[in-house]
Order: sequence, then C-alpha cells, then structure tokens
Amino acid sequence: MILALTLLGLGIAALFIGRQASENVQNVALPGGVTLILVSGWQAAVAATPGTAFPSPGEALAALVELIRLGRLWGDIAASLFRVTWGFLLAAGVGIPLGLVVGWSTRTFRALNPIVQGLRPVSPIAWIPIAILWFGIGDGAGIFLIFLSSFFPITVGTMAAVRNISMVHQRSARNFGLRGFDLFRRVVLPAALPQIITSLRIALGVAWLVIVAAEMVGMDSGLGYLINDARNAGSRYDLVVATMIVIGVIGIILDLLVRKLENFDEVRWGYENR
Amino acid sequence: MSNPAKVSFEGVAKSFDQRGTPLEVLTAVDLDVREGEFLCLLGPSGCGKSTLLNIAGGFEKPSAGTVTIDGEPVHGPSKRRVFVFQEYGIFPWASVWDNIVLGLRDRPKPEIARIAKETIDLVGLTGFERSYPMELSGGMKQRVEVARALAVEPDVLFMDEPFGALDSLTRLTMRSELIRIWKAKQPTILFVTHDVEESVQLADRVVVLSNRPGRIADEVEIGLDHPRDPSDPRFAAIRTRLFGALGVHAGA
Repeated sequence: MILALTLLGLGIAALFIGRQASENVQNVALPGGVTLILVSGWQAAVAATPGTAFPSPGEALAALVELIRLGRLWGDIAASLFRVTWGFLLAAGVGIPLGLVVGWSTRTFRALNPIVQGLRPVSPIAWIPIAILWFGIGDGAGIFLIFLSSFFPITVGTMAAVRNISMVHQRSARNFGLRGFDLFRRVVLPAALPQIITSLRIALGVAWLVIVAAEMVGMDSGLGYLINDARNAGSRYDLVVATMIVIGVIGIILDLLVRKLENFDEVRWGYENR
Repeated sequence: MSNPAKVSFEGVAKSFDQRGTPLEVLTAVDLDVREGEFLCLLGPSGCGKSTLLNIAGGFEKPSAGTVTIDGEPVHGPSKRRVFVFQEYGIFPWASVWDNIVLGLRDRPKPEIARIAKETIDLVGLTGFERSYPMELSGGMKQRVEVARALAVEPDVLFMDEPFGALDSLTRLTMRSELIRIWKAKQPTILFVTHDVEESVQLADRVVVLSNRPGRIADEVEIGLDHPRDPSDPRFAAIRTRLFGALGVHAGA
C-alpha cells in the first residue's frame, strides 16, 4: 500500500518535472526517479518472498562497502580494466588500419570480407578454451579474448564506414589528385571516423561483457572471478550483486569516455541528423 | 571559330547497362567550348547533361566519341579542371581553410597562405577560415566549394547545378558573385542547369539538350552585358526561345 502510494507520488512528480523543468533537471530527475522506483520494487520483492539468499538493496550496498574495506575490489577492477584496455587498444590498432585498407580496396574487400563475416558470428566466449590452451590462465588469455571480441566490430565497422564514403567526396579527392597515404590521411580516415568511433563504442561494450564471462571461467582475478568467488565462498549473493553494480557503473563510465570522442570538431558532422 | 576550342566534344555518346538492356543516355554530341567561355548546358532532368559533364571531368568514360581539352584527350580527373558539385563536395571534417588549401598541398607554405587568403576574400568568406562546414549556411558552403576549386586556378570549371540546393534569394546572390569571380579569373566554365532563367542570366552561350537520349536541340548566343535584367525584352525573347527548345510553351 505504502509502496503503491510512493510509486503514484513519484509518477506524478515525474510528470510534473517532465512538463516544467529544464532539460538538465529532467536528465537527472527522470532517470533518478525511475531508479528509485526500481530499487523500491527490488526492496518490496525481497521483503515479500521467503528465503534470505537474494540480498536486499541495503545488503547489496553493505556488501559493496565490505568489498571496498577489504581492498579486494580495486585489485579486481584493475585486473579487468587492464585486460580490456590492452585487448581493446590492440584490436583498434590492428582493426582500424585493416578496415581502412580492406574497405577502400574493392579487391581486398572481396577477398577478405567473407572470412571476416564468417568469423564474426563466433561468440568470443567460444574462444575461451582455445585462449586458455594458448595463453594459460592469466592476463594473456584475457587480452587475447578481448582482442578477438573488439577486433571484429572495429574492423567490420571501419570497413563499412569506408565503403559508405560519399561519391562526391571520393570524386573530390580524385579531382584534387589525392593519392596513397595523403588520400587516407585527408579523406578516407576522416570520412570514416564518426562511424569508426561508433564501432569503438560497440566494441568496448562487447569487451566489457566478455571479460566478465572470461574471468568467471578461465581466470583467477578480475570482476568476473570475484562474482564466481563470492558464490563459491558460501553463496554470498550480496557480494555477487554488489559486483554486478560495479560492473554496470564501470560500463557506463567506459561508454561515456568513448562518447567524448564524438565532440571533436573533426567528427561532429557525422552525428548530425542521425 | 575565332578562338581555338578549349573543350571539344566529338561524337560523344553514353549508354548504361540497365538489367541487360543498354539505356542510351547521350547520343553523338558535338560541341566546342571556347577558352574563357561561360557555357550553360540546359536540359530537363535525366537528359544526360550531368553525364556529359562527368565525361568531360574525367569521372566517366564515353561509350563512343572523345572529349579533348587543349587538344589532349581526357583520361581522368585533373587539378587543372575542377568540379563543383551540387551536393556539397567539400569535406565536413575539415575547416574552411583546410578545405580551400586541399589542392595546394605541393606548394610552399607562404604561397599556400597567400592564395588561400586571396581566394577566401574573393568569395567573401573572410572571418570564417576556422569554421566547419556544418556551422555554415548552404550558400556559404557553396562558396567554400567554389573557393576550393578557384584556389588551384583551374583552366576549366565544371559546375553541376551548383546552386540547385540553395534558396532562391541565395541563388540570385551566388549567380552575380559567380559572374564577378568569372570576370576576375576568366576560367572556362561548363555549367549544367535545368533552370532557363539561370542559364540566360549567366551564360555566354546556352546549349539545350533534348530529352533522353540527350542530343543538342538548340544553341543560343546570349550576347547581353552583365548584369542582365530579366525584364529586358531581349532577355525575355531568349527565355521564350529556350523554353520552346525544351518543349515547354508557357502561357505567360
């Protein structure tokens, strides 16, 4: 009853904010309100069901504090981020140049595209046994898996971006005699860059999903390992949920960091009217 | 002809393959464009006038015939002959300045700066050097496009309905600006349009292309001084003749 009233009140408040407040206030207040509603729902659901395995919001928060106090959290965050950063940077370093060249040259595109498209649907998770076989349990396998999971979205996205370069821009480049490296630096790369950044965002999102799964199966540190460890060490579902929240928050931060790239003058044009 | 031909079309024809059957777009066009001439190619949409321009610009190959510029057959695009596109061909990722110096890459730095500054002044973009195309109006983007072409001091400008996307007031301004710039630099201009008024306003000579497959249906020397007054009876007479050549008989 109380919950229903709270929800009703929040709903009315949201409507009111929606009408009156400025965009900035709305951007904070509306998602904040929805979060509050969801957390209340969570609390109510835990209170209404028998059994104590699943933690309430308060218990999850306490678990988060416990993880921070123990000093356990930072090491695992660092381990996960280390693998994601290196795997992702390697994938971008190989995938962007490869995508540019393959996308620009029709013959290379014809030769390599079917192979890339064929490997792409294989879940990076499926590579875990092979990653462990080649690199053993540890950072190497993690970096390799993140490389694989980022490499395909980045390469395919870059290829598609290059193949989308407008005919007038291609003709302008030819008309003014751009060739070779100059052509790539002044036209192909900048024309493709907005879409490349979008593919980087997608890739980083996938990488962050994959690292958790990989660490649950084949690694002895990182946030994924922390989840597994918490469950194995006496079904600490409060720690599991706390770690999930940390994973979510870091995921948002990573996405925001990549989105920062979209604000540069050189690429802003690519996000207009889309 | 008193002047030697700058651009010469000899029996230029073009057909595209459309689902197995050839679609004839242009048929046997013979045309000489004089050095420094402002020539308008006027025709209904789909008559092949843009195709003719693309062939002259070196972006497409004719199915038959040849195009020669200064007596040399055209094999591909060149910096000496620059295209001004209708859809903005300038690079949205580069500033106005960087767009305009695109064709000057092999020149010494001080010269690049001098030419860029002169060109920017000429087209009236002073103060917008560091702006990006997305921050500019349609008319100003088209000025950047024209400036980028002029910066390399081309002998020939190919303009494919360059003002087609602009509002009518901006279009009028751009026409008189183009005449001013053309008088200052005297390039040979091949200007494609479907706008009768525009062709009479701008050209030394208007060549009318017929419906597909395009062939030359009429040719009119304008012979009026700039600026031209559309209410001048001679202007009106040419306009009526051109509409007639296009098969349109306006009641007005």
